[in-house]
Amino acid sequence: MIKSSENIVISVNELTKKFGDFTAVNRISFEVKESEIFGFLGANGAGKTTAIKMLIGILKPTSGKANIAGFDIYTETENVKKNIGYMSQKFSLYEDLTISENINFFGGIYGLSDDEIKNKSEELLTKLKFNEIKNNLVSSLPLGWKQKLAFSLAIFHSPKIVFLDEPTSGVDPITRRQFWDLIYEATNNGITVFVTTHYMDEAEYCNRISIMVDGEIEALDSPINLKDKFKLNSIDDIFYLLARKSKRKE
Amino acid sequence: MKQLKFFIKKEFYHILRDKRSLLILLGLPVVQLLLFGFAITTEVRNAKIVVFDNSKDNVTQQIISKIQNNKYFLIDKTIYNQSQIEEVFKEGKIRLAIIFPNNFQNDLLHNNKAQIQIIADATDPNQATTLTNYVASIVNDFQQELNQQSKIILNIKTEYRMLYNPQLKGAYSSVPGVMGMILLLISAMMTSISIVKEKETGTMEILLVSPMKPWFVVVSKVIPYFVISIINVATIILLSVFVLGMPIKGSLLLLSFSTLLYIFCALSLGILISTVADTQQAAMIISIIGLMLPVVMLSGYAFPIANMPNILQWISNIVPAKWYIIIVKSVMLKGLGFEDIFDEIIILTVMTILFLIISIKRFKVRL
Repeated sequence: MIKSSENIVISVNELTKKFGDFTAVNRISFEVKESEIFGFLGANGAGKTTAIKMLIGILKPTSGKANIAGFDIYTETENVKKNIGYMSQKFSLYEDLTISENINFFGGIYGLSDDEIKNKSEELLTKLKFNEIKNNLVSSLPLGWKQKLAFSLAIFHSPKIVFLDEPTSGVDPITRRQFWDLIYEATNNGITVFVTTHYMDEAEYCNRISIMVDGEIEALDSPINLKDKFKLNSIDDIFYLLARKSKRKE
Repeated sequence: MKQLKFFIKKEFYHILRDKRSLLILLGLPVVQLLLFGFAITTEVRNAKIVVFDNSKDNVTQQIISKIQNNKYFLIDKTIYNQSQIEEVFKEGKIRLAIIFPNNFQNDLLHNNKAQIQIIADATDPNQATTLTNYVASIVNDFQQELNQQSKIILNIKTEYRMLYNPQLKGAYSSVPGVMGMILLLISAMMTSISIVKEKETGTMEILLVSPMKPWFVVVSKVIPYFVISIINVATIILLSVFVLGMPIKGSLLLLSFSTLLYIFCALSLGILISTVADTQQAAMIISIIGLMLPVVMLSGYAFPIANMPNILQWISNIVPAKWYIIIVKSVMLKGLGFEDIFDEIIILTVMTILFLIISIKRFKVRL
């Protein structure tokens, strides 16, 4: 199924997660192509984070299949992990470590060589203009800068796919725009981006988006096609229309 | 292995930058040991006493001067009147009164029998017993000297022998307790807090998504605390031997081996706590209520286990510190060997394995 088309990097089939009687994710299926920006939308509690956690291998699905970068999420978790990057909702760098120390640490645990870490960190510091403050503690940085650093570290080991779980929540519009520049740059380098967001203007930046309601995918297409299909002017309106169907309470 | 190096380096940054934790990690053992060894002690020093000598003879003078030369007592010479006795006790001015009856020397030399009355303030029964024993043993010493000099055999003989702690030194009983407590505190509490901290800040998720295996993450977090615990053990042993004058009668190797085992046990408890707690506060509360209190109350460190109700005696068996304290006392003070502490070592080993198995089970449940 996957081998037939080489440039599909995420393939999900009937993936389900139940917590007791509660079905958090109900038989979702979709595919993501290489270098695509795939927006994963849904109201709070729709099951986005649960779905992501299954894809990145920290939550076992109840049933269904999923293939990440050509590896099965049940049996080849190790290989899945080597080929993905992840940035969570919470800001998740070490605040009491300096920028350089964070870079070295994340390079180190992904098994990069000392030379690789050195070269790539110089490159990264220059790109983010962090050269002069590389020995500052991360806790001293403004939130937006932290998020940019966190994203850069999520793709530091050049993964095939990066999963971003609401990466820009709480960040000002200008920094958000800059953040998306980084995302575009990553896709230009062949990295596939799987992103969840609350901001509907960001949804417009995605190549394709899916909208999840009550654990199921209610819509999946490019933003333009979706607007045509629902005869609405913005993703925001479509999202509102679909999210109103929700029976779950937040 | 290289990942391990990066991880441990990071862990030491955390520890070294958090000055408060560092102070707890390295300073607390020293402070506690000295505090329990010197300040909070069951020994009685400079206890104020009063002596009423109604006989004022040669023998009473000799006994009084012996008492006076003793560091345990401080004779209050402002009180002369025996009718004041109740009053000064009530005011708490003195802890003990010694009364020599009339004709003390006469009675002793001619009837071979004399009496001294000792009155102690027993509001603190332990202290009262200790002080009374001190006086009795001074008098006893004097008696023996007297017997040798005069060649008249006096029949009153009381033999005092304090096993393992002849001078009833407080440090002897508190050092093993402090070791049991400190190692548990640092190994279990600090480890669990540092693991839970990663859960709380969300970095644990990032680590679990990385190719590092979960058990590898846990091992890397535990190693720095293992190192710090060893430093603390060395500090505690050096201080107890050279500052508090504790002996190590048994094998130092055996002591070190069983201490390592105890550290492992405490570390696995820390890991277990980290699988239960979701916030640093929770980890701390569980450590204090679940570990510290039992160590203080039920390990036999502060209160003798034999005197507890059956149910508490039974519960005390699941407190690892109880077994470790028995080991330390056996090896340091009694000089016992491996075969004598075999049972305790087996118990600690089984506990460690049990904690680890439960932790692994719980760790998997989360995924």
